[in-house]
Amino acid sequence: MAVAYKYKTRQARNLKHAKRLHKLGKVGWSFVRTVILAGLCFMILYPLIVKFTSSIMHVDDMFDSSVRFMPKNFTMEQYRIAWEWMNYPRTFLNSLGLTLTVSILQLASSTLVGYGFGRYNFRGKNLCFALVLLTLVVPPEMIMIPLFLNFRFFNLFGLIKEPGINLLGSYWPFILTSMTAMGLKNGLFIYIMTNFFKGMPDSLEEAAMIDGASSFRTFFQIMLPGAKPALTIVFLFSFVWQWNDLFYTNLFIRTGDGFLSLALQNFANYFVSNSPVSSNYPWQYTSLLNNAGMMLFMAPLLILFLIMQRHFVESIERTGLVG
Amino acid sequence: MKKFKLGLMEKRNLKGYLYISPFLIGFLCFFLIPIVQAVVFSFSELKIVPTGYTTTFVGLDNYHRILFVDPDFVPILTNTIINTIVDIPAILIFSFFIAVVLNQRFIGRSFVRMVFFMPVILSAGVVIKMEMNDIMNQAMVQEASFMMGGEYFLNLLLQLRLPAGFIQYIVAVVNRIPLVIEASAIPILIFLAGLQSVPTDLYEAADVEGITGWERFWMITFPLVSPMILVNAVYIIIDSFTSYRNEMVVFIADNAWSRGGYGVSVAMSMLYFLAIALILGIIVGVFSKRVVYIK
Repeated sequence: MAVAYKYKTRQARNLKHAKRLHKLGKVGWSFVRTVILAGLCFMILYPLIVKFTSSIMHVDDMFDSSVRFMPKNFTMEQYRIAWEWMNYPRTFLNSLGLTLTVSILQLASSTLVGYGFGRYNFRGKNLCFALVLLTLVVPPEMIMIPLFLNFRFFNLFGLIKEPGINLLGSYWPFILTSMTAMGLKNGLFIYIMTNFFKGMPDSLEEAAMIDGASSFRTFFQIMLPGAKPALTIVFLFSFVWQWNDLFYTNLFIRTGDGFLSLALQNFANYFVSNSPVSSNYPWQYTSLLNNAGMMLFMAPLLILFLIMQRHFVESIERTGLVG
Repeated sequence: MKKFKLGLMEKRNLKGYLYISPFLIGFLCFFLIPIVQAVVFSFSELKIVPTGYTTTFVGLDNYHRILFVDPDFVPILTNTIINTIVDIPAILIFSFFIAVVLNQRFIGRSFVRMVFFMPVILSAGVVIKMEMNDIMNQAMVQEASFMMGGEYFLNLLLQLRLPAGFIQYIVAVVNRIPLVIEASAIPILIFLAGLQSVPTDLYEAADVEGITGWERFWMITFPLVSPMILVNAVYIIIDSFTSYRNEMVVFIADNAWSRGGYGVSVAMSMLYFLAIALILGIIVGVFSKRVVYIK
């Protein structure tokens, strides 16, 4: 409004005319904006819509050109097969357990480390922080094989006698890496926590110190409750990324179908080579089955996201992710 | 008196090491040692035996094999690098534009923000892998890009008689639109956070001086958000390392478990890392001089 006012006094002189022009421009822009955003939203949601509709579609509908999005014949058959084949309740609980373990440990370790970086000035701090950034920049593929071998023949770096323990297939590789802030994208979480703690007022801590609170008590009782937005963000991100992760799960678990992502992978691979018997169109039916499997895999995250969506997006802004 | 006070602070600061000790341990055990091992492995042949593994030093054999014997590595590497370089400006411009739009007030803003964040949730490793194998699904998604009018668009550009290189770039970007949108989810959030951290008193002062919307954007918003451009460029490159859409990542993993063996695979990831580090270095070098920092 203010801008328009000046524009008109300087240039047009005619107040009414300029006002109308400004309003027209505003309406025009909001129209353009609506069109662009609606189109982009549709493009983002399109794969999800396709997955969902084809997961509840009868296979005959795939050859019916009059069927666009809404299937004519609904069926839950694909879901039933995927559910049973993937052993959904068991694999779901396993995955949930692993994901929760990892994200809670990652949250704890990166909060501690972030607090250390954000609130203390010790020698070599900048160097250590540069190392955090380095862990982000080096691709995990590079340390994939050494990590694999170290956990396959785990000897605590020489403390246990040869040939060492095989930790692969257990939770231990995940626990050890996330406990020591070396898990999936952990450097980013340290970065977020550090920046957040840096931005908290000094006076809080000083007051606690004068009242005689120990360093740990200050941390737990004063600083942690204030860090809720950052804690939420780190937890949610680490949950989502761990749930979706295939790299570390493939690397540390290797075989079997105990976890949802591995079960889904095996499920897809199985039907690519063995066509489903009950169908006339084995190949296309495989695609429908895959979609049902993917929907089952993504459902927990989608539900979590719908519940937490306010925190997801708005906490990031409040955290000042960027410092 | 003063000395004593300093001592107290120093004593307090020693606790900092305690807090970051998990990271230091992790860095040593699960990062530094593996990296040293990786360097050693890339110069050796690695075999798994019942009591562990053995390494035999083979010099530059692995590197020689990758660069001069393997027919796939060099094309895939150049392809990946070119794709990354094509993607960076597209993602940056797109996510900046969307962030500016999403920073305005309009009805349904929180819903749209939510939708733009969705790709983070939808792009699971397994799902991407399955989509790439599933031809039926690809066909259905392909339809979506036909709705964008790929062919028609190309003809239009050709008729405009633009330089061929420019057309190629545009077409490459248009073909990658879904990927660009997907990769923009986090950069949009980072830009949004940056936009909201611009102090409002700057805008108020500028308004008093009678600034136009256009000037306001280029003279206040853009310079103050420019550090985020650097952050995002780095983020985009790093993000593409781990993506399952990245041919190179898949190729390195394939080599480890089936084709060339551990040594070759590690050597490949070394070369890949060097290439990426070079790009990162150039980008950080170019950008960091032009970026404006407040404070």
